[in-house]
Amino acid sequence: MTDAGTDQPLLEVRGLQMHFPISEGILMRRQIGEVKAVDGIDFSLRRGETLGLVGESGCGKTTTGRCILQLERPTAGAILYDGVDINTLSRSGMLGLRRRIQVIFQDPYSSLNPRMKVGDIIGEPIQVHGLAPDAARRHARVRELLQVCGLDPSFADRYPHEMSGGQRQRVGIARALALEPEFIVCDEAVSALDVSIQAQVINLLEDLRERFGLTYLFIAHDLSVVRHLCQRVAVMYLGRIVELAGCDELFDNPLHPYTRALLGAVPIPDPTVEAGRTFQPVRGEVPSPINPPSGCVFHPRCAMAVEGCKRSRPELRELRPGHWVACSEVS
Amino acid sequence: MTAVTAATEAPEEIRRSWRDAALGFCRRQPLGTFGLAIVVIAAVAGLSAEWIAPYSPTANDFEVMTQPPSWAHWLGTDQFGRDLLSRIIYGARTALIIGFVSAFVGGFAGLVLGVGSAYFGGKTDLVLQRVMDILMAFPLIIMALAVVAIFGTGVQNVIAAITVPLIPRCARVVRASALSIREVPYIDAARTSGFSHARIILRHMVPNVVAPFLIMLTAFVGQAILAEASLSYLGLGVQEPTPAWGLMLQGGAEEYASTAPWIAIFPGLAIALTVFGFSLFGDALRDAIDPKLRER
Repeated sequence: MTDAGTDQPLLEVRGLQMHFPISEGILMRRQIGEVKAVDGIDFSLRRGETLGLVGESGCGKTTTGRCILQLERPTAGAILYDGVDINTLSRSGMLGLRRRIQVIFQDPYSSLNPRMKVGDIIGEPIQVHGLAPDAARRHARVRELLQVCGLDPSFADRYPHEMSGGQRQRVGIARALALEPEFIVCDEAVSALDVSIQAQVINLLEDLRERFGLTYLFIAHDLSVVRHLCQRVAVMYLGRIVELAGCDELFDNPLHPYTRALLGAVPIPDPTVEAGRTFQPVRGEVPSPINPPSGCVFHPRCAMAVEGCKRSRPELRELRPGHWVACSEVS
Repeated sequence: MTAVTAATEAPEEIRRSWRDAALGFCRRQPLGTFGLAIVVIAAVAGLSAEWIAPYSPTANDFEVMTQPPSWAHWLGTDQFGRDLLSRIIYGARTALIIGFVSAFVGGFAGLVLGVGSAYFGGKTDLVLQRVMDILMAFPLIIMALAVVAIFGTGVQNVIAAITVPLIPRCARVVRASALSIREVPYIDAARTSGFSHARIILRHMVPNVVAPFLIMLTAFVGQAILAEASLSYLGLGVQEPTPAWGLMLQGGAEEYASTAPWIAIFPGLAIALTVFGFSLFGDALRDAIDPKLRER
């Protein structure tokens, strides 16, 4: 079941690039550069699987999610959803797929329209896609969705500002579920919540995955949350995937120097262990995605870098079964 | 069973909630209520001018020329012996028709252009905004003068003359707030749900720019009334003998300014109070309409 070769992946991203142009001038606009937010990444997701996409701020994980949702038109590359390249679809062609791909946003405060009642926020997609024959059936469905997400059905008459952050995030989840999707992009879905609420929302996401057979792309920077929720994890650095492996494999046995540094930076909640540990932070700063380093983007900060790292860009290699690393020096 | 009860009870509930909302507004926004009162008085005067005006606004009475305020003529008479109170009451009709029509037409055109411009962005935005820049380069009154000079005087042309310069002013402000809303995740959520452009603009963006828009709209009514008065005063707006406040400040009002100041004072007061009333009401409305500021 975990073998990638046996069934067709639900989502396959091939050579995805998203470069944002930087232009200058008022009358004669000319492009003076581009931000390489996502610079050629490949991964695939099987049905029912949860893939974690981790990395620090600005590494392109959110942009990747937005490209999959077609909120941005990628510069290059293919996004195959169920075998169809959604980059080539027109607006109307995309409409059918919209029902199947939904999103949960990071900020529960700005992801809900402040002028709409919760019932309308959840009910609107149902109405637009004609999923309920009449208003009564739609209201019933909204109430059911609220209940599924652990909220009282009476919340349908409330405005978002009358709810707490955790409750709002549940509304956001209910809205995503309204169209009965099979794939949900969770863009930092729990990052804005406090820890106790985080745990509740994570449990809710797990329950929903079991109950509706959902597939998640879980974008996060909190590694412990990713470890808990995901089956596989992709680590991104400066617009590229540097390591991709099964969750336990990646956390127990990180191979890429960046992944090792990232995992080394996670504090251990035990003062005696923490005191005995030598912390080796990565040198320097993240370079600008406008002018990324040549060859391997991590080479200026890498302790293992050799001369060849400056010249050639390392491709993802499968060093162990299911464990892919973009580094020419590890073996 | 419960559904039936709910259905029969609903209208009563709605009626009560409306009354509560109105009472709540008066309690929380005393200044706004004062502004609203002025607006309502002006509106009632304009609507029922035939019944409440004591005299005909156009009837000359040479027996009582330039009379100071008295029991017979509460606000006095002008140089033709016309009753000033009656002319102000009828003038309210002219002022409000021109004010409301220009502000609403100009405001809604600006709203749609502004939000559309922000939503579509890119070239559409660039072209629209440059056109708006050109229109904005002319002061309101100069622009209005140009329109009247081309099309001639008369109520419709005055309305057009005031509406055109209001559009870019509204579009500019609305676009600025719409631009920030465009980037907000709930718009992305609407796009990922496959909603149409029209639905996203009208249901998700417009309601969220409505607060600055409403204040602008009420201020626009005031501005339009002022512009109409200016144009009429300059002889390019409403023509005699139609009663209009700006027109009443012209001619006899200037001639008799020292001997019969009431001819100028009362229409001037009417203009100032009405514009003030609209501004106060608009400001209070903004506070009342924001669900975050509205206590429950």
